[in-house]
Amino acid sequence: MTQNAEQARSATTASPGLLARAYQSDLFYSFIHSPTAIISAIVAIAIIIGAVFAPLIAPHDPFNLATLDLLDANLPPIWNPEGDARFLLGTDDQGRDLLSTIMYGSRISLLVGFASVLFSLIIGVSLGLISGYVGGRTDSIIMRIADVQLSFPAILIALLIDGIARGLLPRDLHDTLALYVLIFAIGISGWVQYARTVRGATMVERNKEYVQAARLIGIRPFTILRRHILPNVMGPVLVIATIHLAIAIITEATLSFLGVGIPPTTPSLGTLIRIGNSYLFSGEWWISIFPGVTLVLLALSVNLLGDWLRDALNPKLR
Amino acid sequence: MALLDIQDLHIEFSSRRGNVVAIQNVSLTLAKGEILGVVGESGAGKSTIGNAVIGLLEPPGKMTQGQVLLDGQRIDQLPAHALRKVRGRRIGMTFQDPLTSLDPLQTIEQQLVETMQVHLDLNAHQARQRAIELLDSVGIDQPELRLGQYPHQFSGGMRQRVVIALALCCEPEVIIADEPTTALDVSIQAQILDLLRSLCKEKQVGMIIITHDMGVIAEITDRVAVLYRGKLVEEGATRQILGQPQHLYTKSLISAVPRADIKLRRFPMVTYIEDVQAPADTSGADEAAGWLRQRRDFGAKSGQPLVQVEDLSMRFVLRNSFIPSRRITMEAVKHVSFALQEGEVFGLVGESGSGKSTIARLIAGLYSPSQGRVSFDGVNVSMLNDRKTLNAFRRQIQMVFQDPFSSLNPRMRILDIVAEPIRFHGLAATEAEVRRIVAGLLDYVGLGERALLRFPHEFSGGQRQRICIARALATRPRFLICDEPTSALDVSIQAQILNLLKDLQEELGLTMLFISHDLPVIRQMCDRVGVMRHGELLEVAPTETLFAEPEHEYTRHLLSLMPSMDYLSREGLEVVER
Repeated sequence: MTQNAEQARSATTASPGLLARAYQSDLFYSFIHSPTAIISAIVAIAIIIGAVFAPLIAPHDPFNLATLDLLDANLPPIWNPEGDARFLLGTDDQGRDLLSTIMYGSRISLLVGFASVLFSLIIGVSLGLISGYVGGRTDSIIMRIADVQLSFPAILIALLIDGIARGLLPRDLHDTLALYVLIFAIGISGWVQYARTVRGATMVERNKEYVQAARLIGIRPFTILRRHILPNVMGPVLVIATIHLAIAIITEATLSFLGVGIPPTTPSLGTLIRIGNSYLFSGEWWISIFPGVTLVLLALSVNLLGDWLRDALNPKLR
Repeated sequence: MALLDIQDLHIEFSSRRGNVVAIQNVSLTLAKGEILGVVGESGAGKSTIGNAVIGLLEPPGKMTQGQVLLDGQRIDQLPAHALRKVRGRRIGMTFQDPLTSLDPLQTIEQQLVETMQVHLDLNAHQARQRAIELLDSVGIDQPELRLGQYPHQFSGGMRQRVVIALALCCEPEVIIADEPTTALDVSIQAQILDLLRSLCKEKQVGMIIITHDMGVIAEITDRVAVLYRGKLVEEGATRQILGQPQHLYTKSLISAVPRADIKLRRFPMVTYIEDVQAPADTSGADEAAGWLRQRRDFGAKSGQPLVQVEDLSMRFVLRNSFIPSRRITMEAVKHVSFALQEGEVFGLVGESGSGKSTIARLIAGLYSPSQGRVSFDGVNVSMLNDRKTLNAFRRQIQMVFQDPFSSLNPRMRILDIVAEPIRFHGLAATEAEVRRIVAGLLDYVGLGERALLRFPHEFSGGQRQRICIARALATRPRFLICDEPTSALDVSIQAQILNLLKDLQEELGLTMLFISHDLPVIRQMCDRVGVMRHGELLEVAPTETLFAEPEHEYTRHLLSLMPSMDYLSREGLEVVER
């Protein structure tokens, strides 16, 4: 019945533009009707905007040593009687404005998060596609490697790679390369999920008749994978990527908290929490609480968005 | 008084795009021992009626008007717990797919005995005794032994028997059978229909059979109700409705049913259902036809067959192992040989698992044979390994697949789908030319140019199959393989697609391999037919000869299973004289 109605509709109206299609789509409809998704999106976008435009909107520049004054160190937030009007959320042990530091710190956290997710995604999706499409021995080898990696906790792998990089790289290079090492370490520890999901989806798509039709035309396997299969397996990948983003941000924070991540001169959220940790019991709670809250809000909102996306894309839950 | 009385039923589905009326003003009655067929095409609301009667209508579906009376009592407004007692106890139901309608983790005994204990108040021993009797009555051998088995140990037909036993176990007054034989092979279909009919008459149960298959209707029902888009268009005794249909829809539906007894030139009057947009100016189609005719033929066209299959075998490895004796293989095709002349339509018929589709894929080069050879125009196809000659060969063989819903990439626009082979083989110089050719091809298969920028999900099954045909034609093939091209479609759509294929074949002189499990369809389409069973080709004969004087015993058996439909109305049919 609905099909009939739909046919009639599609027969009478011309194909609408991309924007109009997005507006009419079920995904947008489901978004508008999910308060959780809207709130999460607002929070996540607010943090992302704050981070991306930090150099423009942050009240101070925490990396400019000339503006720092050790006399301003450890000032409490503004609503505290001892607070200073210049520093909304107080300052840390070096007199840096905490709000600005958090904005700059989220920048690094988000950068590491997005970059490592992208890295995992590219490796995982490619290996998954090959594994699912080729099958046989190739599939066994790739999947056994994945199984081996799954038996280590992701954080352990990241620590391991970070340790190796520390050992191999010269000391003076180390601080400048820390960011890339971190992205690589977190990225490499997360590809398995993508590979497994994509492999399963590829095996299903491979046997569909449109793939056989493409083979019949004579199209090469690589083109079939790229043009036909990849677009059809990306749905679940996007969902994993969203949830993985939250995990990657937390992993970065954990590594930085443990002192193996981003050096304290350019603090990320995790580094800030670590710095604040030593002052927690002497009463300067704000140094670690505010970055912590930001981290939780960011991870939570991204996670909730991922959950919503997963449900919205699942036809069984509609 | 009627056993079951459905009065003025209205059902609506509400969605974000407004309410859709699924059923309007449907009134039906059913007497004891009567079999009522509800026939209609997909989306007509057949199953919705069945679900509404037993109260299984899922939200957002809602009964907005009307009533359902069982033995004079209203059952549509009963509370859930009372309804559960009616369901199963007084109304039994069987579903379409026997593979999923039994719980795979419970034995047949558990499923049967539990149901009876709930509804009939029997003790375990009595229930078991009755379960054995039931299995026996639905024709299962060694019921005592079979009772302890799990569903996966039964074949499809046997499972459907168990499902029927399950529906019968509480001696219901009414059985609703939703497409009871659609998932089954013809030989099993005949057995199940016999079983249903005899049980129904013997136990004086009223039965509603919901189906899209006119053969089933003709074979077993006493009365038939024809549904069209949620409305009851015609109702009456089966012979009368099928023999002298009154309503235009019924007429066109019946004229679209493929007959085994007569060969038609074309299927008439099929435009009632899906409006094929006859393009206002056919210049696009003409251009495409002109383009299609400039095939570059490779090699000399001598008197030899275009496609020759010699001693072809295909083994699939089901379990691989280093030790050869532990390997398990399945021979899907065994030593098959046949040849196709240029311009001929060759049919392959057989039940599921007989290896028809494997042969198609072997010829198309999607699989490579374990043994034997396929020659196309005198060239051994499986020996081709350099890309250039392989592509040249591929361009000449194209395939139309069974499932129109999975044979188009859902993420690509129709333009790109149909243009892909043209671009790949470099058949057109410029993008503008590609576009013109694709538009022409779409015109040619009966879709307007407006289809170009749409995505596959915006089209119905029949329209998608047209797109698949356009894609197959895009390489200007000489040989077209159709693997069950219409078995996923409604009869009227099937008739349109078959007409289209016939026209194509005539106009372009295509050679065609036409695979189907449906003998009447084969009869309408093919010049010669091969009959397959268990991977073996049993008999090859010209179609007329095969239907008139089948040689092989299995062919005779298959022919005898076809529902007899000779009393169907022949109004408006153009019969090809023998």
